[in-house]
Amino acid sequence: MDYQPPPFFSRGPAPLVRLGFFVSLAVLLMVLDGRFRYAESIREVIALLAYPLQRAALAPGELLGATADFFTTQVALKQENDQLKAKDLVAASDLLTLQALRAENAQLRRLLEARERVPRRSTLAEILYQGRDPFSRKVIIDKGGQQGIEPGQAVIDDIGVVGQVTRVHPLLAEVTLVTDKEQRTPVEVVRNGLRAVIYGGGDKGTLDLSYTAANADVQADDLIVTSGIDGVYPPGLPVCKVTKIERDPAYSFAKITCIPAAGTDQNRQVLVLTREAGLPPPPAEAEPLVVAPKQKRPKKRE
Amino acid sequence: MAYFEQPQRILLPVNVGYMTLTVVLALLFNLMPWHDLVGVPDMVALVLACWCVHQPRKMGIGIAWFVGLVMDAGNGTLLGQHAFAYAFLAFGVITLHRRILWFSQWRQAAHVLVLLLLTQALMLGVRLAAGGIFPGPMYFAGSLTAAALWPTVTFLLLLPQRRPESVDENRPL
Repeated sequence: MDYQPPPFFSRGPAPLVRLGFFVSLAVLLMVLDGRFRYAESIREVIALLAYPLQRAALAPGELLGATADFFTTQVALKQENDQLKAKDLVAASDLLTLQALRAENAQLRRLLEARERVPRRSTLAEILYQGRDPFSRKVIIDKGGQQGIEPGQAVIDDIGVVGQVTRVHPLLAEVTLVTDKEQRTPVEVVRNGLRAVIYGGGDKGTLDLSYTAANADVQADDLIVTSGIDGVYPPGLPVCKVTKIERDPAYSFAKITCIPAAGTDQNRQVLVLTREAGLPPPPAEAEPLVVAPKQKRPKKRE
Repeated sequence: MAYFEQPQRILLPVNVGYMTLTVVLALLFNLMPWHDLVGVPDMVALVLACWCVHQPRKMGIGIAWFVGLVMDAGNGTLLGQHAFAYAFLAFGVITLHRRILWFSQWRQAAHVLVLLLLTQALMLGVRLAAGGIFPGPMYFAGSLTAAALWPTVTFLLLLPQRRPESVDENRPL
Protein backbone atom coordinates (compact mmCIF):
# COMPACT_ATOMS: atom_id res chain seq x y z
CA MET A 1 0.00 0.00 0.00
CA ASP A 2 1.47 3.31 -0.93
CA TYR A 3 -0.13 6.40 0.36
CA GLN A 4 -0.49 9.31 -2.02
CA PRO A 5 -1.30 12.75 -0.67
CA PRO A 6 -4.74 13.98 -1.70
CA PRO A 7 -4.69 15.81 -5.07
CA PHE A 8 -5.27 19.25 -3.56
CA PHE A 9 -1.84 19.06 -1.93
CA SER A 10 -0.15 18.27 -5.20
CA ARG A 11 2.25 21.03 -6.32
CA GLY A 12 3.70 19.53 -9.47
CA PRO A 13 7.42 19.03 -9.93
CA ALA A 14 9.81 20.37 -7.30
CA PRO A 15 11.19 23.91 -7.92
CA LEU A 16 14.67 22.54 -8.51
CA VAL A 17 13.37 20.25 -11.26
CA ARG A 18 11.49 23.14 -12.88
CA LEU A 19 14.56 25.35 -12.61
CA GLY A 20 16.68 22.69 -14.28
CA PHE A 21 14.16 22.31 -17.10
CA PHE A 22 13.76 26.00 -17.84
CA VAL A 23 17.43 26.83 -17.43
CA SER A 24 18.42 24.14 -19.89
CA LEU A 25 15.77 25.45 -22.31
CA ALA A 26 17.17 28.97 -21.91
CA VAL A 27 20.75 27.79 -22.43
CA LEU A 28 19.66 25.88 -25.53
CA LEU A 29 17.98 29.02 -26.92
CA MET A 30 21.02 31.16 -26.14
CA VAL A 31 23.37 28.77 -27.91
CA LEU A 32 21.02 28.49 -30.90
CA ASP A 33 20.69 32.27 -31.08
CA GLY A 34 24.23 33.32 -30.27
CA ARG A 35 26.22 30.68 -32.15
CA PHE A 36 24.05 29.44 -34.97
CA ARG A 37 21.30 32.08 -35.48
CA TYR A 38 18.66 29.34 -35.61
CA ALA A 39 16.27 31.03 -33.19
CA GLU A 40 15.19 33.86 -35.51
CA SER A 41 11.72 32.43 -36.17
CA ILE A 42 11.02 32.05 -32.45
CA ARG A 43 12.26 35.58 -31.90
CA GLU A 44 10.02 36.91 -34.66
CA VAL A 45 6.90 35.33 -33.18
CA ILE A 46 7.64 36.70 -29.70
CA ALA A 47 8.63 40.08 -31.12
CA LEU A 48 5.27 40.27 -32.91
CA LEU A 49 3.59 39.57 -29.56
CA ALA A 50 5.66 42.28 -27.91
CA TYR A 51 5.07 44.82 -30.71
CA PRO A 52 1.85 46.37 -29.26
CA LEU A 53 3.63 46.63 -25.90
CA GLN A 54 6.60 48.37 -27.51
CA ARG A 55 4.39 50.90 -29.28
CA ALA A 56 2.38 51.47 -26.10
CA ALA A 57 5.57 52.01 -24.11
CA LEU A 58 6.60 54.73 -26.54
CA ALA A 59 3.26 56.54 -26.31
CA PRO A 60 3.97 58.62 -23.15
CA GLY A 61 7.24 59.92 -24.60
CA GLU A 62 5.59 60.76 -27.92
CA LEU A 63 2.74 62.52 -26.14
CA LEU A 64 5.26 64.54 -24.14
CA GLY A 65 7.11 65.43 -27.34
CA ALA A 66 3.87 66.46 -29.05
CA THR A 67 2.91 68.65 -26.10
CA ALA A 68 6.34 70.28 -26.07
CA ASP A 69 6.04 70.89 -29.82
CA PHE A 70 2.66 72.53 -29.31
CA PHE A 71 4.05 74.99 -26.82
CA THR A 72 7.11 75.92 -28.86
CA THR A 73 7.19 79.68 -28.84
CA GLN A 74 6.82 81.74 -31.97
CA VAL A 75 10.24 83.29 -31.39
CA ALA A 76 11.90 79.90 -31.54
CA LEU A 77 10.03 79.05 -34.72
CA LYS A 78 10.97 82.37 -36.29
CA GLN A 79 14.64 81.86 -35.40
CA GLU A 80 14.60 78.36 -36.81
CA ASN A 81 12.91 79.60 -39.96
CA ASP A 82 15.61 82.25 -40.46
CA GLN A 83 18.34 79.70 -39.89
CA LEU A 84 16.75 77.30 -42.35
CA LYS A 85 16.43 80.05 -44.96
CA ALA A 86 20.11 80.90 -44.61
CA LYS A 87 20.98 77.22 -44.83
CA ASP A 88 18.74 76.85 -47.87
CA LEU A 89 20.56 79.65 -49.62
CA VAL A 90 23.91 77.97 -49.07
CA ALA A 91 22.47 74.64 -50.10
CA ALA A 92 20.95 76.11 -53.26
CA SER A 93 24.32 77.33 -54.48
CA ASP A 94 25.77 73.92 -53.67
CA LEU A 95 22.92 72.30 -55.54
CA LEU A 96 23.63 74.34 -58.66
CA THR A 97 27.26 73.32 -58.67
CA LEU A 98 26.20 69.76 -57.89
CA GLN A 99 24.00 69.61 -60.96
CA ALA A 100 26.78 70.90 -63.13
CA LEU A 101 29.20 68.45 -61.58
CA ARG A 102 26.78 65.57 -61.99
CA ALA A 103 26.37 66.31 -65.67
CA GLU A 104 30.11 66.58 -66.07
CA ASN A 105 30.64 63.37 -64.15
CA ALA A 106 28.10 61.52 -66.30
CA GLN A 107 29.83 62.70 -69.41
CA LEU A 108 33.24 61.66 -68.12
CA ARG A 109 31.90 58.26 -67.14
CA ARG A 110 30.43 57.77 -70.58
CA LEU A 111 33.79 58.73 -71.98
CA LEU A 112 35.42 56.10 -69.80
CA GLU A 113 32.66 53.65 -70.68
CA ALA A 114 32.21 53.14 -66.99
CA ARG A 115 29.04 51.58 -65.79
CA GLU A 116 26.66 54.28 -64.61
CA ARG A 117 26.05 54.13 -60.95
CA VAL A 118 22.47 53.25 -60.21
CA PRO A 119 21.13 55.74 -57.66
CA ARG A 120 20.16 53.83 -54.55
CA ARG A 121 16.68 53.83 -53.25
CA SER A 122 16.39 54.99 -49.68
CA THR A 123 13.79 54.73 -46.98
CA LEU A 124 13.31 57.39 -44.31
CA ALA A 125 12.99 55.79 -40.89
CA GLU A 126 12.71 57.06 -37.36
CA ILE A 127 14.66 55.75 -34.40
CA LEU A 128 12.09 54.51 -31.89
CA TYR A 129 14.35 53.71 -28.99
CA GLN A 130 17.73 52.45 -27.98
CA GLY A 131 17.67 48.80 -26.95
CA ARG A 132 17.74 48.37 -23.17
CA ASP A 133 20.90 46.35 -23.42
CA PRO A 134 24.00 47.85 -21.83
CA PHE A 135 26.20 45.27 -23.56
CA SER A 136 25.78 46.43 -27.14
CA ARG A 137 24.94 49.57 -29.09
CA LYS A 138 21.79 49.04 -31.10
CA VAL A 139 18.73 51.12 -31.94
CA ILE A 140 15.28 50.08 -33.11
CA ILE A 141 13.78 51.88 -36.13
CA ASP A 142 10.13 52.05 -37.12
CA LYS A 143 10.44 50.41 -40.54
CA GLY A 144 10.66 46.66 -41.02
CA GLY A 145 10.39 43.82 -43.51
CA GLN A 146 7.02 45.03 -44.76
CA GLN A 147 8.57 48.34 -45.87
CA GLY A 148 11.32 46.53 -47.75
CA ILE A 149 14.07 46.73 -45.15
CA GLU A 150 16.56 43.88 -45.44
CA PRO A 151 19.42 42.78 -43.18
CA GLY A 152 22.76 44.24 -44.20
CA GLN A 153 21.48 47.57 -45.51
CA ALA A 154 23.41 50.72 -44.60
CA VAL A 155 21.87 53.36 -42.35
CA ILE A 156 23.00 57.00 -42.63
CA ASP A 157 21.91 60.38 -41.34
CA ASP A 158 22.53 63.86 -42.73
CA ILE A 159 26.17 63.85 -41.56
CA GLY A 160 27.42 60.35 -42.17
CA VAL A 161 27.20 56.66 -41.47
CA VAL A 162 25.10 55.61 -38.48
CA GLY A 163 25.24 51.83 -38.77
CA GLN A 164 23.87 48.77 -40.46
CA VAL A 165 20.56 46.90 -40.28
CA THR A 166 21.29 43.61 -38.52
CA ARG A 167 17.90 42.11 -37.78
CA VAL A 168 14.54 42.69 -39.41
CA HIS A 169 11.15 42.11 -37.86
CA PRO A 170 7.94 42.56 -39.86
CA LEU A 171 7.31 46.10 -38.55
CA LEU A 172 10.59 47.05 -36.85
CA ALA A 173 14.26 46.64 -37.57
CA GLU A 174 17.39 46.61 -35.43
CA VAL A 175 20.32 48.80 -36.42
CA THR A 176 23.77 48.09 -35.03
CA LEU A 177 25.61 51.39 -34.65
CA VAL A 178 29.13 51.81 -36.02
CA THR A 179 30.29 52.19 -32.43
CA ASP A 180 29.14 48.66 -31.46
CA LYS A 181 32.01 46.35 -30.55
CA GLU A 182 30.92 43.75 -33.11
CA GLN A 183 30.51 46.20 -36.00
CA ARG A 184 33.15 46.64 -38.71
CA THR A 185 33.06 49.19 -41.52
CA PRO A 186 35.39 49.31 -44.54
CA VAL A 187 36.85 52.82 -44.70
CA GLU A 188 39.58 54.93 -46.21
CA VAL A 189 41.46 58.01 -45.07
CA VAL A 190 40.42 61.00 -47.18
CA ARG A 191 43.86 62.64 -47.17
CA ASN A 192 45.78 59.77 -48.80
CA GLY A 193 43.26 57.05 -49.70
CA LEU A 194 44.69 54.55 -47.20
CA ARG A 195 42.21 51.68 -46.89
CA ALA A 196 41.38 50.06 -43.56
CA VAL A 197 38.61 48.44 -41.60
CA ILE A 198 37.26 50.33 -38.62
CA TYR A 199 36.01 48.61 -35.47
CA GLY A 200 33.46 49.89 -33.01
CA GLY A 201 34.89 50.79 -29.61
CA GLY A 202 31.86 49.54 -27.69
CA ASP A 203 30.89 51.27 -24.52
CA LYS A 204 32.90 54.46 -24.98
CA GLY A 205 31.04 55.56 -28.11
CA THR A 206 34.28 55.71 -30.10
CA LEU A 207 35.79 53.74 -32.98
CA ASP A 208 39.18 52.05 -33.35
CA LEU A 209 41.18 51.92 -36.56
CA SER A 210 42.65 48.54 -35.75
CA TYR A 211 45.33 46.58 -37.58
CA THR A 212 46.90 49.52 -39.33
CA ALA A 213 50.68 49.39 -39.36
CA ALA A 214 52.48 51.42 -36.71
CA ASN A 215 54.08 53.57 -39.40
CA ALA A 216 50.87 54.10 -41.40
CA ASP A 217 50.29 57.65 -42.56
CA VAL A 218 47.41 58.63 -40.29
CA GLN A 219 47.33 61.95 -38.45
CA ALA A 220 45.08 63.45 -35.84
CA ASP A 221 42.01 65.23 -37.32
CA ASP A 222 42.09 63.05 -40.43
CA LEU A 223 38.60 62.52 -41.81
CA ILE A 224 37.74 58.87 -42.42
CA VAL A 225 35.07 57.98 -44.99
CA THR A 226 33.56 54.75 -46.32
CA SER A 227 35.56 53.15 -49.10
CA GLY A 228 32.54 51.57 -50.80
CA ILE A 229 34.46 48.40 -51.58
CA ASP A 230 31.91 46.16 -49.88
CA GLY A 231 28.92 47.42 -51.86
CA VAL A 232 27.01 48.01 -48.63
CA TYR A 233 27.96 51.62 -47.99
CA PRO A 234 28.21 54.12 -50.83
CA PRO A 235 31.78 55.45 -51.10
CA GLY A 236 32.74 58.76 -49.53
CA LEU A 237 30.35 58.95 -46.60
CA PRO A 238 31.99 60.45 -43.48
CA VAL A 239 32.39 57.84 -40.74
CA CYS A 240 34.60 59.44 -38.13
CA LYS A 241 37.47 61.73 -37.31
CA VAL A 242 40.79 60.63 -35.83
CA THR A 243 41.25 62.02 -32.32
CA LYS A 244 44.16 60.13 -30.79
CA ILE A 245 47.04 58.08 -32.09
CA GLU A 246 49.33 55.99 -29.88
CA ARG A 247 52.33 54.44 -31.54
CA ASP A 248 53.99 52.00 -29.17
CA PRO A 249 57.17 50.38 -30.55
CA ALA A 250 56.32 47.21 -28.61
CA TYR A 251 53.34 46.57 -30.87
CA SER A 252 53.32 46.26 -34.63
CA PHE A 253 49.99 48.10 -34.91
CA ALA A 254 49.16 51.66 -33.96
CA LYS A 255 46.25 52.35 -31.62
CA ILE A 256 44.10 54.92 -33.39
CA THR A 257 40.95 56.21 -31.72
CA CYS A 258 38.24 58.12 -33.59
CA ILE A 259 34.96 59.79 -32.76
CA PRO A 260 31.97 59.15 -35.02
CA ALA A 261 30.99 61.89 -37.47
CA ALA A 262 27.28 61.11 -37.55
CA GLY A 263 25.11 61.78 -34.52
CA THR A 264 24.93 58.09 -33.63
CA ASP A 265 23.38 58.92 -30.27
CA GLN A 266 21.38 62.04 -31.12
CA ASN A 267 19.41 62.01 -34.35
CA ARG A 268 15.92 60.61 -34.68
CA GLN A 269 15.54 60.51 -38.46
CA VAL A 270 17.79 58.22 -40.47
CA LEU A 271 17.94 56.97 -44.07
CA VAL A 272 18.12 53.26 -44.85
CA LEU A 273 19.90 52.66 -48.19
CA THR A 274 19.28 49.64 -50.39
CA ARG A 275 22.27 47.61 -51.45
CA GLU A 276 23.91 48.47 -54.73
CA ALA A 277 22.36 46.45 -57.55
CA GLY A 278 24.42 44.42 -59.99
CA LEU A 279 27.22 43.38 -57.67
CA PRO A 280 28.47 39.82 -58.11
CA PRO A 281 27.65 37.55 -55.16
CA PRO A 282 30.50 37.10 -52.67
CA PRO A 283 32.69 34.12 -53.55
CA ALA A 284 32.05 30.87 -51.69
CA GLU A 285 34.81 30.14 -49.24
CA ALA A 286 35.99 26.54 -49.56
CA GLU A 287 34.45 25.45 -52.86
CA PRO A 288 37.04 26.56 -55.42
CA LEU A 289 39.73 24.42 -53.78
CA VAL A 290 37.65 21.28 -54.28
CA VAL A 291 36.29 22.16 -57.70
CA ALA A 292 39.52 23.33 -59.31
CA PRO A 293 41.35 19.97 -59.74
CA LYS A 294 38.22 18.31 -61.16
CA GLN A 295 37.93 20.94 -63.85
CA LYS A 296 41.56 20.67 -64.83
CA ARG A 297 41.54 16.93 -65.49
CA PRO A 298 39.32 16.85 -68.61
CA LYS A 299 41.31 19.75 -70.06
CA LYS A 300 44.53 17.72 -69.87
CA ARG A 301 42.89 14.78 -71.63
CA GLU A 302 41.80 16.95 -74.50
CA MET B 1 10.72 40.68 18.83
CA ALA B 2 11.78 43.77 16.97
CA TYR B 3 12.74 41.76 13.90
CA PHE B 4 9.25 40.73 13.03
CA GLU B 5 6.41 42.63 11.45
CA GLN B 6 3.33 43.74 13.31
CA PRO B 7 0.31 41.41 13.26
CA GLN B 8 -0.50 40.72 9.64
CA ARG B 9 -3.75 41.37 7.97
CA ILE B 10 -5.56 38.45 6.37
CA LEU B 11 -5.69 39.17 2.65
CA LEU B 12 -8.41 38.30 0.15
CA PRO B 13 -7.61 35.71 -2.53
CA VAL B 14 -5.59 37.16 -5.38
CA ASN B 15 -7.12 38.00 -8.73
CA VAL B 16 -5.15 36.35 -11.55
CA GLY B 17 -6.24 39.05 -13.99
CA TYR B 18 -4.66 41.68 -11.74
CA MET B 19 -1.43 39.66 -11.56
CA THR B 20 -1.31 39.53 -15.37
CA LEU B 21 -2.03 43.25 -15.62
CA THR B 22 0.83 44.13 -13.25
CA VAL B 23 3.29 41.98 -15.18
CA VAL B 24 2.20 43.58 -18.49
CA LEU B 25 2.53 47.07 -16.97
CA ALA B 26 6.02 46.17 -15.72
CA LEU B 27 6.94 45.03 -19.25
CA LEU B 28 5.65 48.37 -20.55
CA PHE B 29 7.85 50.16 -18.04
CA ASN B 30 10.89 48.16 -19.12
CA LEU B 31 10.28 48.73 -22.84
CA MET B 32 10.05 52.52 -22.42
CA PRO B 33 12.88 54.46 -24.07
CA TRP B 34 15.21 55.03 -21.12
CA HIS B 35 18.29 55.71 -23.27
CA ASP B 36 21.44 55.64 -21.17
CA LEU B 37 19.81 56.70 -17.91
CA VAL B 38 21.68 55.18 -14.95
CA GLY B 39 19.81 53.29 -12.25
CA VAL B 40 16.56 52.53 -14.06
CA PRO B 41 15.11 49.59 -12.10
CA ASP B 42 14.26 46.33 -13.80
CA MET B 43 10.55 46.57 -12.96
CA VAL B 44 9.72 43.17 -14.45
CA ALA B 45 12.19 41.42 -12.16
CA LEU B 46 10.82 43.33 -9.18
CA VAL B 47 7.17 42.51 -9.90
CA LEU B 48 8.00 38.86 -10.61
CA ALA B 49 9.92 38.66 -7.32
CA CYS B 50 7.03 40.24 -5.42
CA TRP B 51 4.45 37.83 -6.81
CA CYS B 52 6.81 34.90 -6.19
CA VAL B 53 7.02 35.91 -2.53
CA HIS B 54 3.28 36.37 -2.04
CA GLN B 55 1.79 33.89 -4.54
CA PRO B 56 4.39 31.17 -5.12
CA ARG B 57 1.72 28.75 -6.32
CA LYS B 58 0.35 31.08 -9.00
CA MET B 59 3.60 32.70 -10.13
CA GLY B 60 6.50 30.44 -10.87
CA ILE B 61 9.67 29.69 -12.74
CA GLY B 62 7.86 28.91 -16.00
CA ILE B 63 6.05 32.24 -16.19
CA ALA B 64 9.22 34.13 -15.25
CA TRP B 65 11.03 32.28 -18.03
CA PHE B 66 8.42 33.26 -20.62
CA VAL B 67 8.32 36.91 -19.52
CA GLY B 68 12.11 36.90 -19.85
CA LEU B 69 11.77 35.70 -23.45
CA VAL B 70 9.43 38.63 -24.21
CA MET B 71 12.00 41.00 -22.70
CA ASP B 72 14.72 39.49 -24.92
CA ALA B 73 12.67 39.72 -28.11
CA GLY B 74 11.49 43.27 -27.33
CA ASN B 75 14.98 44.55 -26.57
CA GLY B 76 16.86 42.63 -29.22
CA THR B 77 19.20 41.06 -26.68
CA LEU B 78 20.54 37.52 -26.83
CA LEU B 79 17.43 35.30 -26.91
CA GLY B 80 17.21 33.48 -23.59
CA GLN B 81 19.39 35.82 -21.55
CA HIS B 82 16.59 37.36 -19.49
CA ALA B 83 14.68 34.05 -19.47
CA PHE B 84 17.71 32.34 -17.91
CA ALA B 85 18.21 35.02 -15.27
CA TYR B 86 14.51 35.40 -14.39
CA ALA B 87 14.12 31.62 -13.97
CA PHE B 88 16.93 31.72 -11.42
CA LEU B 89 15.38 34.75 -9.72
CA ALA B 90 12.01 33.02 -9.42
CA PHE B 91 13.68 29.90 -8.05
CA GLY B 92 15.62 31.92 -5.48
CA VAL B 93 12.58 33.88 -4.34
CA ILE B 94 10.32 30.81 -4.15
CA THR B 95 12.93 28.93 -2.12
CA LEU B 96 13.23 31.86 0.29
CA HIS B 97 9.63 33.06 0.33
CA ARG B 98 8.71 31.59 3.74
CA ARG B 99 11.78 33.19 5.29
CA ILE B 100 11.37 36.56 3.57
CA LEU B 101 7.78 37.00 4.76
CA TRP B 102 8.93 36.94 8.41
CA PHE B 103 10.81 40.19 8.06
CA SER B 104 9.76 43.82 7.92
CA GLN B 105 9.51 45.56 4.55
CA TRP B 106 13.03 46.99 4.51
CA ARG B 107 14.61 43.73 5.61
CA GLN B 108 12.63 42.00 2.86
CA ALA B 109 14.06 44.58 0.46
CA ALA B 110 17.59 43.62 1.56
CA HIS B 111 16.86 39.97 0.71
CA VAL B 112 15.46 40.96 -2.66
CA LEU B 113 18.44 43.24 -3.35
CA VAL B 114 20.82 40.30 -3.05
CA LEU B 115 18.66 38.19 -5.37
CA LEU B 116 18.35 41.01 -7.94
CA LEU B 117 22.10 41.60 -7.90
CA LEU B 118 22.67 37.88 -8.47
CA THR B 119 20.22 38.01 -11.39
CA GLN B 120 22.11 40.91 -12.94
CA ALA B 121 25.42 39.15 -12.34
CA LEU B 122 24.08 36.07 -14.17
CA MET B 123 23.08 38.23 -17.15
CA LEU B 124 26.46 39.92 -17.09
CA GLY B 125 28.20 36.52 -17.08
CA VAL B 126 26.08 35.29 -19.98
CA ARG B 127 26.78 38.37 -22.07
CA LEU B 128 30.50 38.40 -21.31
CA ALA B 129 30.64 34.73 -22.32
CA ALA B 130 28.84 35.63 -25.57
CA GLY B 131 31.43 38.33 -26.33
CA GLY B 132 29.80 41.47 -24.91
CA ILE B 133 31.51 44.43 -23.28
CA PHE B 134 31.52 45.20 -19.55
CA PRO B 135 29.11 48.14 -19.14
CA GLY B 136 30.75 49.48 -15.96
CA PRO B 137 29.82 49.19 -12.29
CA MET B 138 26.87 51.56 -12.67
CA TYR B 139 25.11 48.69 -14.41
CA PHE B 140 24.25 47.35 -10.95
CA ALA B 141 22.67 50.62 -9.80
CA GLY B 142 19.32 49.49 -11.21
CA SER B 143 19.06 46.79 -8.54
CA LEU B 144 19.55 49.34 -5.75
CA THR B 145 16.71 51.46 -7.08
CA ALA B 146 14.54 48.38 -7.50
CA ALA B 147 15.18 47.28 -3.91
CA ALA B 148 14.36 50.79 -2.69
CA LEU B 149 11.03 50.52 -4.49
CA TRP B 150 10.22 47.14 -2.88
CA PRO B 151 7.89 48.43 -0.09
CA THR B 152 5.95 50.65 -2.54
CA VAL B 153 5.59 47.91 -5.14
CA THR B 154 4.50 45.37 -2.52
CA PHE B 155 1.90 47.81 -1.22
CA LEU B 156 0.53 48.49 -4.72
CA LEU B 157 0.46 44.85 -5.75
CA LEU B 158 -1.37 43.74 -2.61
CA LEU B 159 -3.76 46.70 -2.56
CA PRO B 160 -6.74 44.95 -4.24
CA GLN B 161 -6.46 42.15 -1.70
CA ARG B 162 -6.84 44.58 1.19
CA ARG B 163 -10.39 45.46 0.26
CA PRO B 164 -13.02 44.54 2.87
CA GLU B 165 -15.02 41.52 1.91
CA SER B 166 -18.31 43.34 1.84
CA VAL B 167 -18.90 47.01 1.13
CA ASP B 168 -21.17 48.93 3.49
CA GLU B 169 -22.31 52.53 3.50
CA ASN B 170 -19.99 53.75 6.23
CA ARG B 171 -16.96 52.23 4.58
CA PRO B 172 -17.17 52.63 0.82
CA LEU B 173 -13.74 51.17 0.11
